[in-house]
Parts: sequence; structure tokens; C-alpha cells
Amino acid sequence: MAAPVFKNPVIRWIDHRLPMFSYLHHEAYEYPTPKNLNYWWNFGSLAGFMLIIMIVTGLVLAMQYTPHVDYAFNSVERIMRDVNWGWLLRYLHMNGASMFFLVVYIHIFRGLYFGSYKAPRELLWQLGVLIYLLMMATAFMGYVLPWGQMSFWGTTVITNLFSAVPWIGDSIVTLLWGGFSVDNPTLNRLFVLHFLLPFVIVAVVLMHIVALHRFGSNNPLGIDTKGPQDTIPFHPYYTVKDMFGLGIFLIFYAFWVFWAPNALGDPVNYEVANPLSTPEHIVPEWYYLPFYAILRSIPDKLLGVVAMFASILILFVLPWLDRSPVRSGTFRPVFKWFFWLLIFDCVILMFCGKYPPEAYWMPFDFQIVDADTFTDRVAELRGVSPDEAMNAVGEMWGVNAASGSFGIKIVRLGQLGTLYYFAYFLIVLPLLSIFERPRQVPVSISKPVLGGGQSVAHATAKSMEKA
Amino acid sequence: MADTTHGGSASGTRRDFMNLLVNSVAAFGAAAVAWPIISSLNPSQDVLALSSTEVDISQIEVGRAITVKWRGKPVFIRHRTPQEIKAAEDVNLGNLRDPQPDSARVEKPEWLIVVGICTHLGCVPQGQKPSEPRGQFGGWFCPCHGSEYDTSGRIRRGPAPTNLVVPQYTFESDTLVKIG
Amino acid sequence: MSKGRIVLGLVTILVGAAAVGIVAANPVHHTEIHTRSWSFEGFFGSFDRAQLQRGHVIYKDVCAGCHAMNLLAYRDLQDIGYTEDEVKAFAAEVQVQDGPDDTGEMFERPGRPSDHFKAPFPNEEAARAANNGAYPPDLSLIAKSRAGAGFLGHDGADYIYSLMAGYKEPPADVEVPEGMYYNEAFEGHQIAMPPPLSDGETSVDEQAQDIAAFLTWAAEGNLEERHRTGIKAVLFLVIFTLLAYTVKRRVWANVH
Repeated sequence: MAAPVFKNPVIRWIDHRLPMFSYLHHEAYEYPTPKNLNYWWNFGSLAGFMLIIMIVTGLVLAMQYTPHVDYAFNSVERIMRDVNWGWLLRYLHMNGASMFFLVVYIHIFRGLYFGSYKAPRELLWQLGVLIYLLMMATAFMGYVLPWGQMSFWGTTVITNLFSAVPWIGDSIVTLLWGGFSVDNPTLNRLFVLHFLLPFVIVAVVLMHIVALHRFGSNNPLGIDTKGPQDTIPFHPYYTVKDMFGLGIFLIFYAFWVFWAPNALGDPVNYEVANPLSTPEHIVPEWYYLPFYAILRSIPDKLLGVVAMFASILILFVLPWLDRSPVRSGTFRPVFKWFFWLLIFDCVILMFCGKYPPEAYWMPFDFQIVDADTFTDRVAELRGVSPDEAMNAVGEMWGVNAASGSFGIKIVRLGQLGTLYYFAYFLIVLPLLSIFERPRQVPVSISKPVLGGGQSVAHATAKSMEKA
Repeated sequence: MADTTHGGSASGTRRDFMNLLVNSVAAFGAAAVAWPIISSLNPSQDVLALSSTEVDISQIEVGRAITVKWRGKPVFIRHRTPQEIKAAEDVNLGNLRDPQPDSARVEKPEWLIVVGICTHLGCVPQGQKPSEPRGQFGGWFCPCHGSEYDTSGRIRRGPAPTNLVVPQYTFESDTLVKIG
Repeated sequence: MSKGRIVLGLVTILVGAAAVGIVAANPVHHTEIHTRSWSFEGFFGSFDRAQLQRGHVIYKDVCAGCHAMNLLAYRDLQDIGYTEDEVKAFAAEVQVQDGPDDTGEMFERPGRPSDHFKAPFPNEEAARAANNGAYPPDLSLIAKSRAGAGFLGHDGADYIYSLMAGYKEPPADVEVPEGMYYNEAFEGHQIAMPPPLSDGETSVDEQAQDIAAFLTWAAEGNLEERHRTGIKAVLFLVIFTLLAYTVKRRVWANVH
């Protein structure tokens, strides 16, 4: 690490005493990066960008917001109506949460596919999972602040999750609320925490970056860099590539903010919170839906909550569940299919979280119908009485109403989805580590052609040893 | 290394130009985003809409004053006595730190309306109630740093640089004044 | 390598298509919502001032008798094309409570542009008592809070329009209790609000469109500024992205 020589004497003076410019130069300028990163690698910097957008817009919004049950809703509407550019700041923040999660989800699945969680990057991965957990907590608390119907009832439902804890559950919930229902003390503390947590996220992100730079970025081939011929300096190569990616992303983001600002939110949240009346369907924001589906798919309160938390916590031990010596999914012919099935599974779970558990999905009719309508449909198609139809539907997983008209209960679909989600991590990955025969990995990034005679195991063993 | 350039100086210049261009466009974008953020800190529409206050002055006796709130600030309305009017008009403008004839500071000589904020550092001067000190010039006395104002609200002694501000106002009728 | 990429691409497309198929699945509703084309739809959509003013008149004459609109101030009406003096006149039509005065009493004074729309009832209990126990909701945000799961979301306007024009004779097998009315757009088909509109100079259908447009403006007054800002932002971003792409191509030209 040769210290760079700065031309500006002020910078040189400071850097001599506080080498932050040298550090920045080293980590953000000359940082040797694998030269074969594809566009999936843009999403890390995009996530960092979104964090900054959220903090900046959130800061000015907080200056206009009143965290009190009597004023919160109207203070948000005042931001929308009377504060200069308030509508823009709020829509940027509101849709920014969705964009942040979208970017982070892509970032996570990129890591899952290319094996970025494997040695020596286990801690890097765990810090990432921690960031994700903090994000979920922050987003949940932020959603409470407008004090609409979904804010209130969402908070009630989520805080009540803790009542599932044996013996002390109710005391925990009372403690969280600061009262006997979600009320002003709850709103106040959630506002304070919503303000605080983003800065905790910033701290963990810095650790995430330090951990990343310890061994350098993973890459689409999943092999270690073997020397300077495999890397390029971060600047200008990846700064300009990130700029380009940022432009594309911002166009996408702008579309939501300017033309569909409420499409990702629930309309019911434009009604002020009413503690005496629950809306018909309590649905979380889209980024929580898979977890909500997992929660609902288990018909036991405590186990449902445990399963929901386990679905995220399992990511912490992922590096030890997948023992395959090959990182990148590109060279894992069987893994690949299970991976794509996992993505599909998450989409299914999302869908299950969105609709009432007792409803039926009729995939060939592109329809979701409630139980009564489904029973009627079965009766009609089979030519039987409604009672007989109800017996036929009963507790079955799904019913072939008639040829080509099939329906499955949402909660059953969610159970299948939950089953596969956990199976992927607990069964599929460990078994694949033993039975899968990976394709040969290239010797180095610069020589994508396979080196003759060098076995996969040998190549990876060597790379791991080097790491 | 990958970043060695093989092109001549012409392509180098072109690349420099492109870099400059893309950086300028990015800087413009950042500034365009900064604008709404800063602008949001300015008074909002509901605050601006409340910028006028109507005051009934029929109950103020000669020699007395009232304080009303306008845009969150105190406004002094003083019903001046003939002696106070005369004192205000007879001042030699050459002696003033911020020379202004009394006629430029009032609509009707018997009514003096000024913003009750000392132009030094923003305290509220005393002299509204008969019990409060009015300073040597019969107007107001600021307790913070001793600025003294005369019966036209002009600075006469002390650290304040300018006269008390006269807000925009109109007499809607003989007894009703609209400030703002 | 390339074969792998093709497979990967195909799988991506398949999964994507399946996901879209699932998300596009339609929950079956039992209400009749008619979609219309609105002047404020689309990338360049803007309000029709004349329509908003017609809607405002209907609101004032019909809706305001029972429904509050707390989030709007009279000054906001300048936005739909009224002059400052017209807005002052609208505000002065109502008496609002102010005070306390010097003697500590509250007093009534004519409304000012900075006042919010006066509510017809002092509180929810009074509103219920006067309306057979049903609570006429505040209309400030009704166009947003009654939107369905629509994608580009002007279905709030569609809903209001459908509800206003949705009063029908009940089918033979449906019995509507005393004090309720049959409406095909309302969940459960029975609504406590009597049919508010009737044919006059304009038809119920036209009036329904006007009030839907007015309530959309009331909920989303920033819509036009939003669309205009959006066009500028996207134009800028497209230029920025193209430039960044050009520079990226040049910078990366030497990497093999």
C-alpha cells in the first residue's frame, strides 16, 4: 500500500496527520476489483445509494413531522399539501423504501447464486443479513408514522407476535406498547427508533465494506483473483459502471415516484387510524409478504412466529449448510435449478402473503376467489348441491373443480412454499454439497479456458487455502 | 495493466471532455435534487397563508399601547399623545443613526405600529405597559443590551443598528387595522 | 459459457413470466366498478379546470351537507382556477369559530381563505346522530383511500364515479332494508347514503364524473406538478444514462 502523493498542500497536511484521504484513495480508488464482475454486482452500490437517499429525505421529513397520535396523520398530509416540495420528499422516501428492498433482494440473491457467502466471506455475509434485519425493523417502524389504518393495525399485529413468547409474552407486548394498546407512547418510541436505526445501519454497512475489502469482491466465476492480471482499479472502471447502472435504476425509481407513487402502498393507509375498527384485510408491504405467508402457513401461534424468524436467521448459518467447494452457481448444474426454484418459491410466498389464507387460487382462470365462491363454482361445474360441494372441498389441499379448472387454497400453497423454503437450506444445499458433481472451474479470471488436467477439487482447494 | 491507453492524444482529449461532461451532468443532477430539499425548509403554504392579522383598535386609549401577534412576532400598536407626536416630529434627523422622518413611519400620526423586535439581536423591548421603563427618549428600552428607542420607534442610543421595523398595514376602517 | 448464459436467460424469462402470471391473477370482486378515461391519467395527464369547478359546485351543494373535507383550505381553491376574490367570497360564506377575544369569549367570524373547509358536524357522534347511525366519511382523501389494487392507480376516481352512478333498482331476490339503498358499486350492495345526484342540467353520469375528478384533485392536488417534474427528471436521467454509458464503453474498451 504505497501512500499516494496529493498535490493539494492542505490535503497533504491533513492526510499526514489523519490519513483519511490515503484510506479513501486506497479503498475507493485503487481498490483492486475482479475485472469480470457483471451487472448483478451493481446492486451493492445501489443499496448504499438508497441508504443515503433515505437518510437525507427522512431527515427533512422528520423536521416537518409531529409524532403524536392526534397530529401525525395531518402532519404527513401537511407535508404533502403545504410544505414546499413536500410531496416529492415523501414520495421519494415512501417509494424509496420499496426500491431499497428491491435492490437489497437482488443483492442477496446474487450472493446466493454466486456463492458470495462462502469462505472466507462468511462474516461479510452475516453482516449483510444483519443489515437486512435492521432494514426490516426500520421500515416497519417507518410505516407506523403516518398513523393510517394500516399503520395502526400493522403495528398491533406485529407487536402482538411477541405475545407468542411463553409465560412472559403479554408483559413483553405491554412493554413494547408502553400501555395497553398501540397508542401515543408507542408512536413516540417507534419514531425515535426509526430515526436512530438508519445510523446503526450506516455503521454496519461500514463494517460490511471493511469485511468486503479484506478478501476483495467475489466474482461470477467464484474463483479467487490470482494477481494483478485478474483485477482492475475500482476507479474509473467500476465507478463509471456504477454511474451507468445508477442512471438506469433512477429512471425506474422515478417512474414509481412520479407516476405511480401509491401503487406499492395500501390505500387503506390514507384513512386515519381508528383503534375501534380493523380493516378487512391486514396486508404488509410487498417486501414482507413472503415472511407473512410463512407466519400464516403454520397453524400454531408460537411455531408460526418461530418459523418466520427462523426463515431469516437461517441465513446466518448458510455458509455452513452449503459445503460445496465451488462458489459460483454457474459451475453447479444441479444447484442452479434448485436456486431458480427458490426464487420462484419466494414469488409464490409473496403472492400467498398478499391474499386471504382461506381464499382459493384458480391458476387456469387467472382468478382468486373466496371460499364461498369457490364452493359455488365446484357445485356448478360438477352439477352437485352446494352441501355436497362443500364436503368435496372440505379440508382438501385443492380441488379439481372440473376439467381444466383447478383451485388451491392459498394457505395450502403457502405451506408448500414454506416447506420448500426451509428444504432448500436444510436439505437441498447440504445434500448437493455431497452428491453434486460440479463442472470444471477455470484456472483464473484472465484465462477462462480450462487448464488441461487440473481437477476442480485441486483448483478450489488451492484457492481456499490461499484465502 | 488494463488502463494503459493506446490511442493518441486526440482520443485522450475526447475522453477528458466526456469525463468532464458526465461529471458536470451528475453535479447538475445533485444540485437539482438539493433544491427541493432546501426549499422544503422555507415557510410552507399554510404558514404563508396566515400572514395577515386584523386588529380592533377602538379600545386603546390615548397614551396606551397593545401588543398583538403577527407571524409569530409581537407587533406594538401605540396610541400616541400629542406630546409624543410632537417629540417624534421635532427630532433633528441629522442626530439619528438611521435617519427617517416620523411621517415616513406612520399612516396616521396618532397610531404608531412597529414590529416589537429589537434590531440588535431580537429581544422584545420594554415600554408597552406604563410600569415598564421606556428609556430616555420615551419610546422603548431593550433590557438585553440597553438599546433605547424614541416615540417613533427610532434607535437613539445603544447597540441596535436600525429603527424598529414598520410592518405593512392598512386601515380597513377608523377602528380596524390589517397588519400584513 | 454462452450455452450456460442462454439457459440462464431462458430460466429467468420463465420464472419472470410465471411471477407475472401469478401477480396478475385477479381477485374476484362482487361489485361493479366501471373504468373511465380521465384527463389526469397518463404521463402528461392534467386536470380539466372547468370539470373541477363543476365538481366543486356539486360538492358544495350536495356532499358538504354531510361530508367533511378537513384537509382542504379555501385558499386551495385558487388551484382549480378561481380568482383570489372568488376564493375570499367562498370562504366568507361560512361562519367559523375563533377566539378567545379580550373578554375570553369565543366568537364567530366570516371564513378567510386560510381557514380549512368547515365541517358540517362538530364531531363523529353528531354526524352519526344526524345520519341514522352511519358516519359520512371525510372526503379529503377518499380518492386515495378507496383505490383498489390498481397498478397505475386512478381507480379511486373510477370507484367514486361508479358509486355515484351505481344506484339501481335492486334485483328481484334482494331485499333492501328501510333506510338503505341498493348500489352495485358498494361492497355488499347496500349503502346508507341516499342517491345524491339527480338529472338536471347535466346527467347523473356527467355529474358523477365531475365529482370524481374534483375529489381526485382534492386528494392529489400535487398531481400536475408531479407529472411535470417527472417528465423533466426522466429526460435528464436518460441523457445522464446515455452519457454514462458512452464513457463506460470508452473506459472499458481496453479491458480484456
